[in-house]
Amino acid sequence: MARQPYDGVFVAAPVTVPYRRYSTNTAHWWVGRAVREVIQKAGLKSADIDGLSLSSFTVGPDTAIGLTQHLGLSPRWLDHVPLGGASGVVALRRAARAVQCGDAEFVVCVAGDTNQVDSFRRMLSTFSRFAQDAVYPYGSGGPNASFALITRNYMKHYGATREDFGKICVAQRDNALKFPHALMKKPLTLDEYMSARAISDPIHLFDCVMPCAGAEAFLVCREDSARSLGLKAARLLATIERHNAFPQDPIQYRGGWALDIAEFYAMAGVGSDDVDFVQTYDDYPVICMMQMEDLGFCGKGEGPDFVRSHTLTADGSFPHNTSGGQLSVGQAGAAGGFLGLVETVRQLTGAAIGAPVPDAEIGLVSGFGMITYDRGLASGAALLAGERT
Amino acid sequence: MTEPLIRPKRKNPLKKTRVPLLPQGVRSRTALGLTAAAAEGRFQLQVCADCSMVVYPPRDACQRCLSARLPFRDVDNRGTLLAETTIRTSTDVYFRERMPWRIGTVALDIGPSIVAHLHGDLQEGQRTRLQLKLDKSGQAIAMALPAKDTPNMQDDPQWRELTCDPKFRRVLITDGRTAVGQALAEALSEAGASVVFVGVADPWKPFPGEEKLRKIGRVEIMALDLTDTISVNECAGEFAPRVDILINTAEHVRTGGIIERKGLTVAREELEVRYFGLTRLAQAFGPVLRARGADGVNSAAAFVNLLSVYALANWPAYGAFSATEAACLSAAQSLRAELRPGGVKVLNVFFGPLETEWYQAVQPPKVAPAALAREVVRALQQGLEDLFVGDVAEDIRARLAVNPKALERELGS
Repeated sequence: MARQPYDGVFVAAPVTVPYRRYSTNTAHWWVGRAVREVIQKAGLKSADIDGLSLSSFTVGPDTAIGLTQHLGLSPRWLDHVPLGGASGVVALRRAARAVQCGDAEFVVCVAGDTNQVDSFRRMLSTFSRFAQDAVYPYGSGGPNASFALITRNYMKHYGATREDFGKICVAQRDNALKFPHALMKKPLTLDEYMSARAISDPIHLFDCVMPCAGAEAFLVCREDSARSLGLKAARLLATIERHNAFPQDPIQYRGGWALDIAEFYAMAGVGSDDVDFVQTYDDYPVICMMQMEDLGFCGKGEGPDFVRSHTLTADGSFPHNTSGGQLSVGQAGAAGGFLGLVETVRQLTGAAIGAPVPDAEIGLVSGFGMITYDRGLASGAALLAGERT
Repeated sequence: MTEPLIRPKRKNPLKKTRVPLLPQGVRSRTALGLTAAAAEGRFQLQVCADCSMVVYPPRDACQRCLSARLPFRDVDNRGTLLAETTIRTSTDVYFRERMPWRIGTVALDIGPSIVAHLHGDLQEGQRTRLQLKLDKSGQAIAMALPAKDTPNMQDDPQWRELTCDPKFRRVLITDGRTAVGQALAEALSEAGASVVFVGVADPWKPFPGEEKLRKIGRVEIMALDLTDTISVNECAGEFAPRVDILINTAEHVRTGGIIERKGLTVAREELEVRYFGLTRLAQAFGPVLRARGADGVNSAAAFVNLLSVYALANWPAYGAFSATEAACLSAAQSLRAELRPGGVKVLNVFFGPLETEWYQAVQPPKVAPAALAREVVRALQQGLEDLFVGDVAEDIRARLAVNPKALERELGS
């Protein structure tokens, strides 16, 4: 049976609660602020929210159900998406089906995490059973070390250089300088990138995201609901997700997108050439490059050349991570998996608060997450179009 | 190529002794199968009993056929180092003070990819042998070694962190009157120990082998009587801060079971020498060993118990003796947990009858003291926790694993 289309699904009310490096507040506080802002932006009341999707690493011991009581919501549809960097796309996919089928009218998708001194270390050591058994005891370098191995292998096989990764990071910093919520406020040059201290070779300082506290959220509803509220919204064209793809690869050089990419564009009725900007999941620049390949902008192994032949700023030939991405805005836990999606909706609704992409009509956002052993397991992507309502 | 270790200088007594830290030692219950293999120096991974898939990290369902039958089996340890990284920033205090630290992804020939610690002589793209080792927390980790041995490879700092190599360490052998004690003194001197203290009760009394023992390089004989608390405490007071590896060679082998013995005299003697002797040593030397587990090149490394394999299953021909050995084994298990916070290993060495006068009437095969000593040194160099020496010890162990009740009957007939 063919996958049913995502017709009539709108995404609106993009919210970013400004990040902080450390927070004395709880995840509940961050989530609460984001939900409140979505409701206000959409002109709704709490009682109108009949669907809730939550992503958070630090909300424990609670899950989504605890948050309904905490926030005073009575949804008839509830989801908890513990998928890290893929959580934004996956939350949207599930919420889309809920509103299409009438299980819910207004779904708030929210991701929020706090960051307290030492909470990052504690999360790493207990991130997954495989991490506990087979990664953390090996130098405890966290994701920096795991992605260093993936980066090293990719560089060796496909000829990517540190300069190529640097170009991605520098362009994102340029975008971030215009984005008011970015934690990184200083310009970054390629020289500074190249001479930064090594963290876990070949990963250097500016290849790493800064863990922080923050929240992101958006509203998913049907077209008629959005129109009746007069919401500026983006229309969902297609979306995919895939988990634990290519388990036989001895080391990760591709993600699950590669399995579903043909159907993805076919469903949207557009090609990669029609995409006006791309928000990749940027925990490390090598993953951005893999996404450029696996999402069909170039072939496998052509990522380095693709980066060399394009300008990657919001006004460039390949506008990429237009808010500055996690590399420059910060990684607020699971909210890092929402950042690109929220920015996509802002760009497509003419609501950019940073660098706008000129005449952006179609945006692609991609998610990637959960390195429980040696590779990221979850991947997803969505194509959205601006809706001139 | 590995830089050879430099003999450590005498320690400045005013300098702070580094507090021993441990890498994270939490593991899933299933992953402890690796720990069991590492304790004996085996390379075992889970192999699916239904589809033969080799499974890593440890799982509770085969990722090919979902079978739950995933026993740990000896498997081929060869592979290729696909990618490496040098970690320079760690979130863990143990690794922070040992930076930089190399790890890598090894694709094993038999299937899985394993993230492993890297020996300094192994480079990206090269063939490698993986070994399972116990780290300072006492849990298993995988270490990737060069495909062939390299000069001074045992001196690699990441490797030495996992072993109890006697090189440049100071060893105490608690009883030099025994043939095993003397053989160990020779073997450890040859293995590069910087000094081998050998305890002898009443050193003014001559004993067989004394002359040869005194001629071994770097051997220092000192007064130590394990049946005397004051003697043990005095010895520890003077030498404990200079003992990095303690090997208890005290033995008390007598034939007979429980009934034939009249009274408790012999049983008391056995316990005095073996169980209480061990207790005295542990109390006098244990706290200092535990505090010195991260004290540089010659950090405290190991407490070695020589145990009859009949500690595991009683041999009624030597029934009372076996019972005492069992008491010592039980104490050693406690000692292992008590020394772990210092990162100090307890090595239990199990063996059958020895080629000594006390086993005169026992049929071969028997273990020669020199062979036992060689194996102990090898186990220290490999960082093992359990060692079975000789055919009898291996046989008892294998039969115990198959059917403990059958072994009990067989040993008693």
